[in-house]
Amino acid sequence: MTAEKKPVPHETELSKPYWDAARQGVLKIQKCSNCGTVRHYPQLVCVECYSREYGWTETSGKSTLHSWTIAHHAFHAAFRDELPYILATVDLEEGPRALGRLVGIEAQDLKIGLPLRYSFVSDENGTPILTFHPAG
Amino acid sequence: MSLSGKGAITGIGETVYARGSTRPALDLQIEASLKAIEDAGLSPRDIDGVIPIGITGAPAEEFIHNFGIEDLKFSAVNPIGGASGIASVQTALSLIDSGVCNHVLIPAGRNTSIGAKAGARIHTMPQFHYVTEFELPLGAVSPAQLYAPMARRHMELFGTTSLQFAQVAIAMRAHAVLHDNAVMKKPMTVEDHQNSRMITDPYRLFDCSLESDGGAALVVSSAERARDMKQPRVQVIGIAEGHPDSPSSITQRHDMTKLGLSKAAPRAFAQAGIKPDDIDVAEIYDCFTYQVICQIEDMGFCKKGEGGPFVENGRLQLGGALPTNTHGGLLSQAHMLGMNHIVELVRQLRGQGGRTQVAGAEVGLATGYGDLGDGSIAIMARA
Repeated sequence: MTAEKKPVPHETELSKPYWDAARQGVLKIQKCSNCGTVRHYPQLVCVECYSREYGWTETSGKSTLHSWTIAHHAFHAAFRDELPYILATVDLEEGPRALGRLVGIEAQDLKIGLPLRYSFVSDENGTPILTFHPAG
Repeated sequence: MSLSGKGAITGIGETVYARGSTRPALDLQIEASLKAIEDAGLSPRDIDGVIPIGITGAPAEEFIHNFGIEDLKFSAVNPIGGASGIASVQTALSLIDSGVCNHVLIPAGRNTSIGAKAGARIHTMPQFHYVTEFELPLGAVSPAQLYAPMARRHMELFGTTSLQFAQVAIAMRAHAVLHDNAVMKKPMTVEDHQNSRMITDPYRLFDCSLESDGGAALVVSSAERARDMKQPRVQVIGIAEGHPDSPSSITQRHDMTKLGLSKAAPRAFAQAGIKPDDIDVAEIYDCFTYQVICQIEDMGFCKKGEGGPFVENGRLQLGGALPTNTHGGLLSQAHMLGMNHIVELVRQLRGQGGRTQVAGAEVGLATGYGDLGDGSIAIMARA
């Protein structure tokens, strides 16, 4: 019996630049070419000016903890060996948020506003996993 | 202009709720539907609108085939998960008020024992595509893992505690123990709750709803027709659905302590011309314990952040100020997508609540919660 593999994200034409940057270790988000509003996750139209023109901008990496959960049960078998793990909702300096793994911290030290930095860690499928660490 | 007082729930039906059923979902839907139609005193051929619950469920065509409906005038699906039941009542009332239909059937039913579990089901749904692409690969697989950060944020901002979550869980269980058609029959203490294993912090096992097999169905008719139908008339006096900001991603939601219900509830209460204090019985969508606390706040029973203390001291239990989920809810009766909440509300307002009847209940509400925080609310009255 072969072990169950982790789910692989299905990249789209819209999201490919995000994943291409992630594979290079860089967190990029969309930026409206008309009004400069940044957004995440990727979408077709700027919610402020409805422009369909956009580019991609590298985030500063400065971020803080918004909320979290600590997984103790594997709802998918491929994650069982990693329990317990922290899923962190993170405020990026630019405004949008990101969800990532959070490592290098004990549960009792988790608090809203905790400064974080990120890296991408490749999983068994080669998917770049956004991973946060306490900053400094 | 509103739908207040335009229609009534004239028929309700449920199968036995269970785990490990071998019956196909369609069979469960048909049994519940026939019971609801019988309860309304109608023939299956009287149904002229069908709004099935569940975007992967049986289509309206199945009810034409099985019931011999000669001229079905409307079918649609409301794809907002556990908020769909009440949203579909709103659709049905609109159809009835505009003269398109006379009697609308809203059937639900599923077999989770032979079908996919929630953690797999949701990732086949289009409204989860951001989650499926950007969050699932991290290990954010199930609704519990996606919703838990909302609860954690509330705890950190407002001091809400797991012991307050326990108050919700033990109230639902106490009602299930008394109810004739509930899956979970073993009484639960606060200690039982606290000792249940951690699933995804802050949710313990007993903060999580069940996966259940069964069916539930409603018949919606005009208030005028309902006057002469078989059952005591239970009118819908306020109904609304509401979509949260960033409905496809909790991660990106500006304020993740607010649900779509925060937009729907003020509209429904305004239609009904009543205030939360006027509610005799509440059937609140309880996919997880925290979601009950959050919805109580979003409906205005207390201020944002005060829901934890609100549920203490047995307030949600029979005999308390706000008897809630008199059937045991999704936590302890069965997870039937909140259709069981609507059925139970109607039963309470008819005075057919059996051992969990709230004495003298005249006005009550049911809520729905779907997908990543869609909300719906129906306020009903015996009249």
